[in-house]
Amino acid sequence: MLRYLVISLLLATPAYPQGFAGLGTDAPGFAVPGPDPTFTFPDDHGPHPDYRIEWWYLTATLQGADGTRYGIQWTLFRSALAPVEADGWDTPQLFMGHAGLTTPAAHYSAERLARGGIGQAGVIADPFRAFIDDWHMTSTADGGDALNALTLTARGANFAYDLALEATGPVIFHGDGGYSVKSAEGQASYYYSQPFYDVAGVLELPDGPVPVTGTAWLDREWSSQPLSDDQAGWDWFSLQLSDGARMMAFGLRDRQGGSFTSATWIDADGTTQSYGDGHVILTPQATTEVAGRTIPTEWRLTFPERAVDIVTTPLNAQSWMETSFGYWEGPIAFTGSHEGIGYLEMTGYE
Amino acid sequence: MLYAALQSLSSHWRRHPGQLVMLALGLALATALWSGVQAINAEARAAYDRAAATLGQDQLSRLEQSDGQPVPTAEFLALRAAGYLVSPVISGELREGGARLRLLGIDPLTAPTETQSPTLTGDTDIADFFTAPGLLLVSQATADGDLPLGLPPLRIAENVPPAAAITDISTAARLLDQRDPSYLLIAPDQPFGLAPITDATNLTLRSPEVGSDIARLTDSFHLNLTAFGLLSFGVGLFIVHAAIGLAFEQRRATIRTLRALGTPLRTILLALGLELAAIAALAGLIGILLGYVIAASLMPGVAGTLRGLYGAEIEGVLRFNPDWAIAALAITLLGTAVAAAQAMVRTAQMPLLAPAMPRAWAQASGRALRLQTLAAIALFTLAAALAVFGTGLYAAFACLGALLIGAALALPAVMTSLLSLVRPKGAFTEWIVADTRQQIPGLSLALMALLLALAANIGVSTMVGSFRTTFLGWLDQRLASELYVTAATPDEAEELMQALAPDVDAILPIVSAPTRLFDRPADVFGVVDHPTYRQAWPFLAATQDAWDRVANGTGILVNEQLFRREALSLGDVVPLADGLPIVGIYTDYGNPNGQAIVSLTRFAETFPEDRPRRFAIRIAPEDTPALATRLRTEFGLPADAVTNQAQVKAFSVDVFEQTFRVTGALNVLTLGVAGIALLTSLLTLADLRLPQLAPIWAIGASRATLAKVEMARSLALAAITFVFALPVGLALAWILLAFVNVEAFGWRLPMQVFPADWLLLLALALLAAGLAALGPTLRLARMPPARLTQVFAQER
Repeated sequence: MLRYLVISLLLATPAYPQGFAGLGTDAPGFAVPGPDPTFTFPDDHGPHPDYRIEWWYLTATLQGADGTRYGIQWTLFRSALAPVEADGWDTPQLFMGHAGLTTPAAHYSAERLARGGIGQAGVIADPFRAFIDDWHMTSTADGGDALNALTLTARGANFAYDLALEATGPVIFHGDGGYSVKSAEGQASYYYSQPFYDVAGVLELPDGPVPVTGTAWLDREWSSQPLSDDQAGWDWFSLQLSDGARMMAFGLRDRQGGSFTSATWIDADGTTQSYGDGHVILTPQATTEVAGRTIPTEWRLTFPERAVDIVTTPLNAQSWMETSFGYWEGPIAFTGSHEGIGYLEMTGYE
Repeated sequence: MLYAALQSLSSHWRRHPGQLVMLALGLALATALWSGVQAINAEARAAYDRAAATLGQDQLSRLEQSDGQPVPTAEFLALRAAGYLVSPVISGELREGGARLRLLGIDPLTAPTETQSPTLTGDTDIADFFTAPGLLLVSQATADGDLPLGLPPLRIAENVPPAAAITDISTAARLLDQRDPSYLLIAPDQPFGLAPITDATNLTLRSPEVGSDIARLTDSFHLNLTAFGLLSFGVGLFIVHAAIGLAFEQRRATIRTLRALGTPLRTILLALGLELAAIAALAGLIGILLGYVIAASLMPGVAGTLRGLYGAEIEGVLRFNPDWAIAALAITLLGTAVAAAQAMVRTAQMPLLAPAMPRAWAQASGRALRLQTLAAIALFTLAAALAVFGTGLYAAFACLGALLIGAALALPAVMTSLLSLVRPKGAFTEWIVADTRQQIPGLSLALMALLLALAANIGVSTMVGSFRTTFLGWLDQRLASELYVTAATPDEAEELMQALAPDVDAILPIVSAPTRLFDRPADVFGVVDHPTYRQAWPFLAATQDAWDRVANGTGILVNEQLFRREALSLGDVVPLADGLPIVGIYTDYGNPNGQAIVSLTRFAETFPEDRPRRFAIRIAPEDTPALATRLRTEFGLPADAVTNQAQVKAFSVDVFEQTFRVTGALNVLTLGVAGIALLTSLLTLADLRLPQLAPIWAIGASRATLAKVEMARSLALAAITFVFALPVGLALAWILLAFVNVEAFGWRLPMQVFPADWLLLLALALLAAGLAALGPTLRLARMPPARLTQVFAQER
């Protein structure tokens, strides 16, 4: 029971994983994101203990030698009970790891919790390493940005994976130079990504190991502010277009059925352009019964400025993360004005 | 037809309400004692189970150091980094004066789901739980009790065992000043593709135990109580048997008439059965209520015993549990059936046309007596065989049972042969002796009950008395120092020891560490080499150079409990500090766990974390009060940090008294039940014996003389029973001391006898017999002569 409540503290609103800031209270003493940020690397790849919540969030779309599509997720969340760091059991810095693996027929997920100060979980900026138990995301970059090359592993009750990632483009910043507004009231986070990974590695499945290759996308985000009281959940898309461009779009749903949307267009060379509320329109097309809820697993995404009008379909409509607070996260494919693959996360569906 | 039979049969009880009361009382008492003991046992066992199930520890395996020391945090991290799901727990005990609190510091982030830890509500509480000063989750009873000072805020939670607190591992680490986990809980389901966890660590894997250490330790205590309950129940059934037997004898005429009127035998038997079942059910219910009252009033004593003797924490409060109530009712019905079986069979076999002559009921033939005696001899042989060859607590109790039942069965034969030794002069005395012998079968059951109660009393009081004498002598040896000082920290203790050294004869640090020896909890003590120990230490066996070997770190002393449980002998190696040979075995009472003593140097090497906080001071006795005052005023020690020898002794004796309080109470109750059994039998006989007394009266013996004879006879029978109970009781004490105690507590005590106690008990037995005989005797003395004459007229 205590564990359940601990998790509810980590993720106090339904709009969690990426829709973070989802903390029940506006704790005083924490730093708050402000406009015009300056990022310093490698330091900012590491943790920011004076902010309430932060994550290192990686999704990969993969393919086996026989053409079977797969997807994996690897996330480390940090949640601070107080804006300080301390050694030993006394630390207020708590960590939560989520790992998912999607196949066309199955979806596996796992969760780990740990406190920071004793060395069971944490993030080191230089040399970069984010870890919880035996799960880790470790930089193998030889010069350049620490995130340019990574190894990534996780293990659950019935799956494991071990991947090597190589970036083919630069780190990009969302919103206004990395200051990403999350509501009309101005709640915001710091948000940057590395959307250009090539991936190779092995998935361990109940039927045996599967060598895979593919692409991946890493999100880094931190903040201290709660979402608006009104916001109920979030739908987040990362898309790889066939011409090498990338696109991120999210919609924060409010309880009246409206939505606050935001998008970032990333050219193949890493040039970005951000779009505020209303530019992207997200419309559910079809729903699926997942884990006892009705979840929109097919979406129409229109983005007139970029002549995008696509419909997304999931690799596995049952991509449900069986974590303490469940959510939907899995690989998608899309057709229409553009074709390609990507990842979709949907939270806050009761 | 059934209704008519029931009505006519039950009219008997209306005419003899005293008999009904007696029957119901016997049943109620038997049920009360039995169910009371069961209630206590059930409550205590439930408490152990709850404690064992705390945080799912009854389902989860754990990893720990083989020596019971904390697991290095690095080891925990290495296992987690290898992918294994293990969760750290820091546990320990906070003590301050008499206040104790067991802390269970868990890591809710990694705790397996089986650890259904108590509920917290609200965000604030969760943050408070994780961050200093932390929160302690305790039961309401614990919160209301005596607690150490300086604790973090308390929160009341269900399912926390008594005298324990559940808290975050960070809070436990701070309060206990222990950074490393005491042990690691292992999640039952481990991730994909990992080797077995035992391949990944050198830590010892401990499976969740079916019975916790506490449950195992206290088993013997509960078996003891059960045996007492059974004894009381058996004694109670004697009353029932007597009362039912009487009622049946007196209703022979009614039954014959009913049958002559055409009531089928089956209907009559059914009516009798229903009637008894109804009485048994009613009396059983009263008994259960009574049992609950007895149990509830004994419960605080039991809790005290368990805490003092075993360190087992149970709340001294009894919850009503329908399970034992139903079980008690069932056993009452069963017991009634057993007690009534003989009478029912007789009724069934009664020839329809036989005269309804009230015979002296239960008239045992010579053959029955011989059979009984043979059975008694067989049981004595069994008891002897068990005493010689048996092992284990159950064998010890079986031995006790065989001895007691054998003695009870042998009683009529013993009485008869004792009476045959009497050579009376004159016709009247000859009649008295002959009449007494004739009465033995009728009274034998009641006398057996008295015998059992007396023997149990003698046995238990001899055991307790022997224990007490040995224990007090042992305390004098063990508590040789004049003052005992507890400092707040090891550093403070060191400062105090240095400051005091010039002014006192000697300072003896007291330090111990909990550990596991031979896979059971044990304590290891470190001592300095000092004449205090060399001269007075109570050894059972030791090598010549025992203290030299201990002093130079090449030997270890173990207590009797460890020695007996593990069947050790001098020279055997104890797996501590690379293995140390045993050089001495010492007595150690009032402690259920194994214990070992090494030199202070060895201790410091083995348990570097545990430094002395306590020490004993040797000083001239007349200087003791002054030094105690100085310690309090000059060094500012709180009053309870300085105790003198007398206080420690008083505390130990108090623990001892607690331990046997329950036994004593049950003993008195059993004797009371036996007294009532005797009364019932005498009442029964009083009526039946009129035809035998009337002729004696008719030939000239006055009613007063007859009454005096009756009284004298009762007293004489009680006295004979007591004389026979004496050797039985002493044998019982010997079995308790030589077998039951060794199995139950791990120590063997020399037996001592207390004749003064016997005299008191004899007086009690005579008083009980006298009181029981008083009513019937008075009635006889005041009986109208007309009734005696009627005996000749009413030849039924």
